[in-house]
Amino acid sequence: MTDVNKTYESVPLYNDLSFFKKQQRLVLANCGFMDPEVIEEYIIRGGYEALAIALTKMSPADVVEEVKKSGLRGRGGGGFATGMKWSFAAKSPGPKKYVVCNADEGDPGAFMDRSVLEGDPHKLLEGMAICGYAIGADEGYIYCRAEYPLAIKRLKLAIKQAEDMGFLGDNLFGTNFSFHLKIKEGAGAFVCGEETALMASIEGKRGMPRPRPPFPAISGLWGKPTNINNVETFANVPTIITKGADWYAAIGTEKSKGTKVFALTGKVNNTGLVEVPMGITMKEVIFEVGGGIPNGKKFKGAQIGGPSGGCIPESLINNPIDYDSLIQAGAMMGSGGLVVMDEDTCMVDLARFFLTFTQAESCGKCTPCREGTKRMLEILNRITEGKGKAGDIALLEDLAKNIKATALCGLGQTAPNPVLSTLRYFRHEYEAHINEKRCPAGACGALASFSITEACKGCSLCKKVCPVNAISGEAKALHAINKDVCIKCGACVEKCPFKAIIKG
Amino acid sequence: MKTIEDLRRLREECKAKLDSRKASGVQLIIGLGTCGIAAGGKEVMNAVNDELAKHNLKNVTVIQTGCIGMCEQEVLVDVVRPGEPRVTYGHVTPGDVPKIVEEHIINGRVVADLAVGKIAD
Repeated sequence: MTDVNKTYESVPLYNDLSFFKKQQRLVLANCGFMDPEVIEEYIIRGGYEALAIALTKMSPADVVEEVKKSGLRGRGGGGFATGMKWSFAAKSPGPKKYVVCNADEGDPGAFMDRSVLEGDPHKLLEGMAICGYAIGADEGYIYCRAEYPLAIKRLKLAIKQAEDMGFLGDNLFGTNFSFHLKIKEGAGAFVCGEETALMASIEGKRGMPRPRPPFPAISGLWGKPTNINNVETFANVPTIITKGADWYAAIGTEKSKGTKVFALTGKVNNTGLVEVPMGITMKEVIFEVGGGIPNGKKFKGAQIGGPSGGCIPESLINNPIDYDSLIQAGAMMGSGGLVVMDEDTCMVDLARFFLTFTQAESCGKCTPCREGTKRMLEILNRITEGKGKAGDIALLEDLAKNIKATALCGLGQTAPNPVLSTLRYFRHEYEAHINEKRCPAGACGALASFSITEACKGCSLCKKVCPVNAISGEAKALHAINKDVCIKCGACVEKCPFKAIIKG
Repeated sequence: MKTIEDLRRLREECKAKLDSRKASGVQLIIGLGTCGIAAGGKEVMNAVNDELAKHNLKNVTVIQTGCIGMCEQEVLVDVVRPGEPRVTYGHVTPGDVPKIVEEHIINGRVVADLAVGKIAD
């Protein structure tokens, strides 16, 4: 028996793992700890208690007040005060109102909402029902992209179970409050994450945004007052009701309360899903929770907020993660995608990647976004191909300024952000591409150049691995690369035992 | 479901059932979010069912769960023996399953080289 106990001793406790140490799991409390397809497991873990409390012990106005007091802000990107938003919809005249959940998660590298939908679907349903009670809505829609088949399957099952057990449906908990939920499967257009386009899509129209005002709280789905929140925002609500606004507001910073879920991806050891208190530093998230950068590479920056956000350079990684600090740094909280980049990432190429995405996803309704992002992308393409011209940076900045100011919706207004933030912190990389036709990170194929330094011992390994015989040199003497023949495959860099071959 | 007391009663009943299940048998939990499935979770699940049948282990409940966050280490398989800590195994392949079943479930010895962490209940 002693032997057996010893085998347990060698395994570290979750709480001692650096991945978990600095996490605080509210939204993800149940994810990975229960079977998401069994409603009883959610109930055992305190599920639907918040709905019961709200319906039987609080007035709708009390609920709105509690959410206001908690300081919860929208987790979908903008960071608007949730309680305030609910109060607008609550004040709008009924009787028909809607609650809509934006589960149209589409940022490259983001999977926070998917994990909640797949791992704890009832938490979303409960948060939405509480919102319905607070604003006086009897019907809700979950707008989830069809690319999330497992999430949709588990949501459908969860709705059925909740209806069967009396957590959704008519006269909940013996009150006259009724709430019904439907799922609308989206076809995966990024613009449908924009609230007015999302509602148009639910209505069966083409998913295109419209000008605001009127805001959804006044005229939303089918012209009725509507409250739209993101998955994570709703998933915070049950905790706020059961633990109380004061408890919740004690977590985080003065203006950013609670926790934030991040999908940690890119050049980081612990790729995965993390939930950390607001105010934690980027350094703690990437180097402690995330376990640092693989292969001993150097950290270069982190893209936060996806194609609408910006990058945080190494000089700012000790800043706290909260809505306002990130805006100040030229980025944004966004929905929670956090892409870590190491020294091998070219920041011009990064901006080009995100702009390629937004340009392809532009719905085409307004000119600044349709034409402007296209022109910006053309410039970025030529810069990365070594055809950049003097004045390109100024032209990019001019276009960016105008698109931000004049695009119809959030997609266009934020599309230039990756360009602006990389220009802000990595302007020298743009200049190197344009003026010296050089990619400092060695990532842009057309600009890459390899050379052998004095560290070369003449071992000839590079010569043997080169597929095009571009390397010459006598044994034990300095070798050289014929740049006219080199196809820039990088095989020699990996093979060299002395790190004598550099690119850039 | 008419009152908050109804809900709390139901919670106690469900909890009692779960506790008795936990006390009487082993739980084997597999991460089957999209990340777990993409890493081969369903193949691991099949291997688990085959292995349990092979050893005729009837007191083991196989449970699916969502993403616990350690996507990098999927497929994650957890083993909880009655009254003992929950041990998480990472990067589990179908080939690792017989070892986990024989060593941990049957003999009560943790497979140290696959273990990622434990949770004392």
